[in-house]
Amino acid sequence: MGALGHYLEEEGVATTQISLVREHTEMMKPPRALWVPFILGRPFGVPNDATFQRRVLLAALRLLEAPSGPVLEDYLEEAPHPPDDEVEWFVCPVSFSRPPGEDGLAGALQNEIAELAPWHDLARIDRGRTTVALSGLTPEAAAKFVTNFIADPAMPSYREDLTPVLALRLVCQDLKAYYFEAVAAQPGVRAAFEAQTWFWHDTAAGKAFFKLREACLRSDDESVRRFGAKGVVPMAVTPRPAEQT
Amino acid sequence: MVRLADLTDGERDFLLGKLKELSGFDGRPWVTGPPINKRRVAIVTTAGIHRVGDRPFADGAAAADYRVIPGGVSAGDLVMSHLSSNFDRTGFQQDVNVVFPIDRLKEFAAEGVIGTAADFHYSFMGAAPPRSLEPKARQLSALLKKDRVDAALLTPV
Repeated sequence: MGALGHYLEEEGVATTQISLVREHTEMMKPPRALWVPFILGRPFGVPNDATFQRRVLLAALRLLEAPSGPVLEDYLEEAPHPPDDEVEWFVCPVSFSRPPGEDGLAGALQNEIAELAPWHDLARIDRGRTTVALSGLTPEAAAKFVTNFIADPAMPSYREDLTPVLALRLVCQDLKAYYFEAVAAQPGVRAAFEAQTWFWHDTAAGKAFFKLREACLRSDDESVRRFGAKGVVPMAVTPRPAEQT
Repeated sequence: MVRLADLTDGERDFLLGKLKELSGFDGRPWVTGPPINKRRVAIVTTAGIHRVGDRPFADGAAAADYRVIPGGVSAGDLVMSHLSSNFDRTGFQQDVNVVFPIDRLKEFAAEGVIGTAADFHYSFMGAAPPRSLEPKARQLSALLKKDRVDAALLTPV
């Protein structure tokens, strides 16, 4: 982000920026930056809180009126968290009623997707949009692609104009978005990290992604191995012993 | 919150490891301009967002490309194909403005807090090496000027 500030400003366009990692901004010294204490992925703090977002945006824009720079200002208002006594922890947010049968993980994954479908429909209607739109596949087809890849990492992309690694990445992002959008539509107040814990440790999809990582690391395609090493499972997620292959 | 002390060892090492890519920006460019209520503002994000029909962001040389986001875009048309899996996407799924504050910018324009919002905004993908963005960023500056933009709001993810 700071590099863009340097390049654009050198070309005569004034810039102001949000900084999420203060140490990076201290190193790069872009012309104007507002460091914010929010989680990665939320530079304006709180979704669906226009008032909060406006305060952050205005603070960033006001740096354009600073008399000299570089400027690195701290925005000290934290994003509000739901009070602990209002947080409802995930126990089993959907009823994964059918146990995996002979088709194992692939069947369990399809089962979950079917169980989540009404919640995802609700999310799409409530929000008027869905971000499950990258791969062009239905969630069922995306899941099938993942489980087929786990069985055979040499399998081709599902579309000629997509490299295998790009196909995998888009499919993975769509599947994760499907789960997170669906579960967010369910009643209850939850912190963002809880959905992560649920997805990675309590769903067949999470298990499939751990296995997908291993499959990617076995691929002959270097870009797929790189994706397996860094792109499938977030760094902050550590498989529990039972999830390790 | 993104304070390094709050992250896992792996995340902290990863972010600190990036510092070596970020040294050497020794220039101190500084462009002055009018008060913000006279400015025309464009958003330039590195969130890897784009319209549904646009090419998704890819690895390699193509990672340094940008996508154009028309000012009249609706939230339902925006998706995210950023390469990294190491940040929260649930906020963006709920509300694009938590990443790309297009509605807030238009509100500020309507209220006179800023002059106007630009006709076009732009999206890079932040996993690209910072220096690889230079050619496209310099190209972008000419496009911003054509749109009479005199302030770019840069937003990461």
